[in-house]
Amino acid sequence: MKGLRNYLNKIKPNFEKGGRLHALHSFFDGMETFMFVPHTTSRTGTNIHDAIDSKRIMILVVIALLPALLFGMYNVGYQHFTHVAAFTQTPMTAGFWEMFFYGLLAVLPKIIVSYVVGLGIEFAVAQWKGEEIHEGILVTGILIPMIVPVDCPLWMLAIATAFSVIFAKEVFGGTGMNVFNVALVTRAFLFFAYPTKMSGESVWVSGDSIFGLGQTVDGMTAATSLGIASTAKAADAFPPFSWDMVTGLIPGSIGETSVIAILIGAVILLWTGVASWKTMLSVFVGGAVVAGLFNVSGIDTAMAHMPWYEHLCLGGFCFGAVFMATDPVTSARTETGKYIYGFLIGAMAIIIRVLNPGYPEGMMLAILLMNVFAPLIDYCVVQGNISRRMKRVSTQK
Amino acid sequence: MSQLFSKKNKEVFATPLGLNNPVTVQVLGICSALAVTAKLEPAIVMGLSVTIITGFSNVIISLIRRTIPNRIRIIVQLVVVAALVTIVSEILKAFAYDVSVQLSVYIGLIITNCILMGRLEAFAMSNGPWESFLDGLGNGLGYAKILVIVAFFRELLGSGTLLGFRIIPQSVYDAGYINNGLMVMPPMALVIVACIIWWQRSRHKELQDK
Repeated sequence: MKGLRNYLNKIKPNFEKGGRLHALHSFFDGMETFMFVPHTTSRTGTNIHDAIDSKRIMILVVIALLPALLFGMYNVGYQHFTHVAAFTQTPMTAGFWEMFFYGLLAVLPKIIVSYVVGLGIEFAVAQWKGEEIHEGILVTGILIPMIVPVDCPLWMLAIATAFSVIFAKEVFGGTGMNVFNVALVTRAFLFFAYPTKMSGESVWVSGDSIFGLGQTVDGMTAATSLGIASTAKAADAFPPFSWDMVTGLIPGSIGETSVIAILIGAVILLWTGVASWKTMLSVFVGGAVVAGLFNVSGIDTAMAHMPWYEHLCLGGFCFGAVFMATDPVTSARTETGKYIYGFLIGAMAIIIRVLNPGYPEGMMLAILLMNVFAPLIDYCVVQGNISRRMKRVSTQK
Repeated sequence: MSQLFSKKNKEVFATPLGLNNPVTVQVLGICSALAVTAKLEPAIVMGLSVTIITGFSNVIISLIRRTIPNRIRIIVQLVVVAALVTIVSEILKAFAYDVSVQLSVYIGLIITNCILMGRLEAFAMSNGPWESFLDGLGNGLGYAKILVIVAFFRELLGSGTLLGFRIIPQSVYDAGYINNGLMVMPPMALVIVACIIWWQRSRHKELQDK
């Protein structure tokens, strides 16, 4: 550690004004503050600083995401080998490590692409504006591969990442100023621009052989449970609840399937105080209440008849509730506002699922929609607070 | 003759094409810019129709500007514009039926185009017919220019064609390329218009807000 610090101190003058490598100063600056907490403080105004800065917070979120990511890799392999075995009607022989490495090789290029594109734009903008590098891409870069299907091509991922980093973040002024969750904008862009690669029956399970692992098969299909429920003709034709939906051994976007792995992440986020339990809890409450209402409403579709606990386990509900809705930048910031914001996300996600057969999953759209309303919710809460206090003052007169 | 093409008149014609573009600087006529630009052909026809209508409505209003009672001037302007819109619409139906079907209500809705009423109120009511004609043509072409740029990108990236001819070869599709479906939807037109505004303002410092 000390050696690294000394080495950085030694090469630092090269990057300062007038140094040989000044053109790369934002890159150096970003790397230095990434590895060591900067020892400079604000010069103006009164500031209260937390012991950890935003780069350290981002790292905590990335750590919280790791269980879901690692499980997602295993699940990609597991889904591939089981579905290929069922499709070709041969017994499945792959072991745990073979499945995991298959998944690792399938997911790793996506992570690299999203980080390279995102960081590239981030560095370029920082250099151009002469500002420091923002750290937001640390989390966004790992979220993006986790919320896409395994068959999403890399060039699409690159275009979508570039689009959302530029138009959802940089034009608003960079990390901390964005209105929308950047990772979700990436997914929304993919979803609307390339619907054939983001939904349907053929994208959720990889049918390719990667570096000799696995088997290439054509025409293999596997719908997600929500996909089956949304196209079901009979009202009770939704997939019955099973523990695979909790452990996550079902087809779906890479990181979103396992409730248990996401729960571990949620515990890390709550224990370190990065995410708000109020938002998280109220998303689940909102989803459960609305799904329960649909259960007793008598609407005759499979989605409406699906039990509320199954709704909460399937699709991106858990992932969205834990990692997306709690994003401190785009969510409501007042304490009462967090309850309202979370509740409406959960409610809206289930409403979209049940009432709009075109969208089997509503979590992405629900969070993006509530991102727009978060400032309004905050405004109402603050104004309500002010008028309540004003009333108290005026009655005391 | 030199009077007709004096420096001032040239400016009247040229500024709406660039520094005072009705779409990118005044941000008018956005609605139809979103609606008709999914393909290049309807965008060109729409741009030309608006150019003709702005040009001639400006001339007509400018000719009768001294006789229009001030209180009912908007109604008089609307009558003139409506007559021109009807003529253009009928001509399109007669000679370019397919395009007029694609444009559907948007030709009729030129009557509500903010650029038209804006030019009539701001220019034709207080200037002579020749200047008004140049101003109308300039603004119409400025509008058409943005429409064509937006439609070029939307058709190329959204459908892989230009004016209906395939531009992106089949081999690219075979390699896994897929048309961007978002480009065909109206929101992307807004993003492209925003990019044009971004590019224009970063080039011309005088357009930047303080």
